[in-house]
Amino acid sequence: MTQDTLNFIFIGLSFVLYIGIAIKSRAGSTKEYYTAGGGVSPFANGMATAADWMSAATFISMAGTVALSGYDASRFLMGWTGGFVLLTILMVPYLRKFGKATVPDFIGDRYYSKVARGVAVVCAIFICMTYIMGQMRGVGVVFSQLFGIGIPAGVLIGAAIVFFYAGLGGMKGITYTQVAQYSVMAFAYTIPAIFIAIALTGNFIPQLGLVGEYTAGHSPVPFLEKLNNINIELGFQEYTSGKMSKINMFCITAALMCGTAGLPHVIVRFFTVKNVGAVRKSACWTLLFIAVIYLTAPAIGAFSRVNLIEKLHETPYAETPTWFRDFESTGQMAWVDKNGDGKIQYFGPARSAAGTSSVFQGKAPAYPAYDAPEKQRVGVNGERLLANKADETNPNELWFGNDIMVMANPHMAGLPMWVIALLMAGCIAAALSTAAGLLLVLSTSISHDLMKKIVKPGLSDKEEMTYARFASFVALVVAAYFGINPPSAFIAKTVAFAFGLAASSFFPTLLIGIFSKRMNKEGAIAGMLCGITFTIGYIIYFQFLGGIKEHYFLGITPEGIGFVGMLINFSVAFAVSKFTPAPPQEVQDMVENIHIPSGAGEASNH
Amino acid sequence: MNNDSQKPYQRTCLKIVFSLLAIWFFVSFGCGILFRDWLDANAPPIGNAPAGFWMAQQGSIITFVCILVVYAALMNLLDAKHGYSEED
Repeated sequence: MTQDTLNFIFIGLSFVLYIGIAIKSRAGSTKEYYTAGGGVSPFANGMATAADWMSAATFISMAGTVALSGYDASRFLMGWTGGFVLLTILMVPYLRKFGKATVPDFIGDRYYSKVARGVAVVCAIFICMTYIMGQMRGVGVVFSQLFGIGIPAGVLIGAAIVFFYAGLGGMKGITYTQVAQYSVMAFAYTIPAIFIAIALTGNFIPQLGLVGEYTAGHSPVPFLEKLNNINIELGFQEYTSGKMSKINMFCITAALMCGTAGLPHVIVRFFTVKNVGAVRKSACWTLLFIAVIYLTAPAIGAFSRVNLIEKLHETPYAETPTWFRDFESTGQMAWVDKNGDGKIQYFGPARSAAGTSSVFQGKAPAYPAYDAPEKQRVGVNGERLLANKADETNPNELWFGNDIMVMANPHMAGLPMWVIALLMAGCIAAALSTAAGLLLVLSTSISHDLMKKIVKPGLSDKEEMTYARFASFVALVVAAYFGINPPSAFIAKTVAFAFGLAASSFFPTLLIGIFSKRMNKEGAIAGMLCGITFTIGYIIYFQFLGGIKEHYFLGITPEGIGFVGMLINFSVAFAVSKFTPAPPQEVQDMVENIHIPSGAGEASNH
Repeated sequence: MNNDSQKPYQRTCLKIVFSLLAIWFFVSFGCGILFRDWLDANAPPIGNAPAGFWMAQQGSIITFVCILVVYAALMNLLDAKHGYSEED
């Protein structure tokens, strides 16, 4: 049986499972469509939220980022898990008590204003749209590799599947599908890690292997010490110490945490459980399930770095493993024989006088056309030649995409074919589950917050559902369009954008809305607008208008500026609310009331 | 409105929230970022990993999970004490 057949079988089986679940649990009413009728068990909701939260990008490229930047990648590990502490302790129990289906709903009611609701809807749509584009792209890339079709066709297949169960099944459909998807992802992520941990460290728990000894060499040495030595020898920074400044590290981690706590598609997940007590339990499960993957990522990153260097550095091209040639042919790895010795050399910036390590000129590899003469396409060693000019300022000859570490890992470790097939299925599960969750928030924002609450208040339950399904179709078409024609580097950059936006808009506004009775609509709207405008302005200036590094505010990169935007939001909101009238009494009572966890009105009688 | 039982409830609730947030800040921003160099140099290593590095990549995440477990347990107890809990 070939690898392709096995991939087909694994992915096909997983699809049958997802679609079967979606049909069995499809939604019949708007309540089921938006929040699954509020009756999901904390355990199931925890799994579903974890699947929703972990996108294809997290699944595929986080370990690769850890492998490349070592300690510096901790900002993602801490940022994307620590945010759940904020979310659970400060936000979701209160929002669940408030008992509405969406985040703009809360902002609209708490700040008694259609303008506030409108701003919130726009933010929600923008955040979700940015995210879902990346997911559709991810699905397309995986499908195209799998079936040997073009990326556009891959995106369309993915979009059709997502529409089938998210658009039709609503929250109830996707919640139970996501439970299955989480299980696939967890196995797909941890099983290869366990095999590799055994091979490299003799310890079957990857996390213990990471702090244990490297036993694959002649004599056992501490694993991280070996990794540090390799890195320094080849001219990279020490693996366990970073080169990022403390203030930047701090701001990015904070922006990711606060952004996580302000992401609408994560918040709404907690509206699906029965009561406030169940929300708290559900959050524990969620973080636990996420931690399973996030604790494994640093181990995978470190292992694959050692594996990659051991397998490729100073290896003659003729003796490279087959997986290297496979990745070369798909354009995810490339080798330029600068010194003409027929061996691959991999070096970091410290090994060149110019302090560079790029293999070729330009950002991505480009290849000669298929009908070019063979001499332009194939080198003397049989390698695939690039159209890019070699960068002769440094001796580094090996280029690879950031995303291949997880995918290449099982190949590198020589794992059985079914592990690789499982990984493929896991990757697709990650992309589909996130895309489905986002699609749902997008469609509710449009049908519920925009149509029912602002444009056409007299909408019946049934009409609202039709709008929701129609909106999810339109949103998906737009997302698929951008998945096929990504605005170049835009998508990768807008990840920071979406988090910055959530951190500087939703997070402070929700937080003050919950904990301050005095905050009025003027303060909230002014704060949201100032926070967002500052963050967007900073990001656009430095990412798209050619602002230079030397002008960064306190050396903070655009990734971390959402934290500063958040502080601005807080200060402006408090300042403005000091000089404007207090909110009406019923709003103040409402704030008082959401702090009592049990059912509204009955609380004082018990 | 029954303000007599609400006030102590809210006070205890905030106390729980702030103590847990202090731990949250200490393990992530503290151990993982601000005092990492000091920990790497002075604290005993975790296995073969420098303590600060380990806190940033593993320890903080493990602590986060513990924080949420403690939060759920304490809050659900507090709810029961004040008669706010509901059947699951």
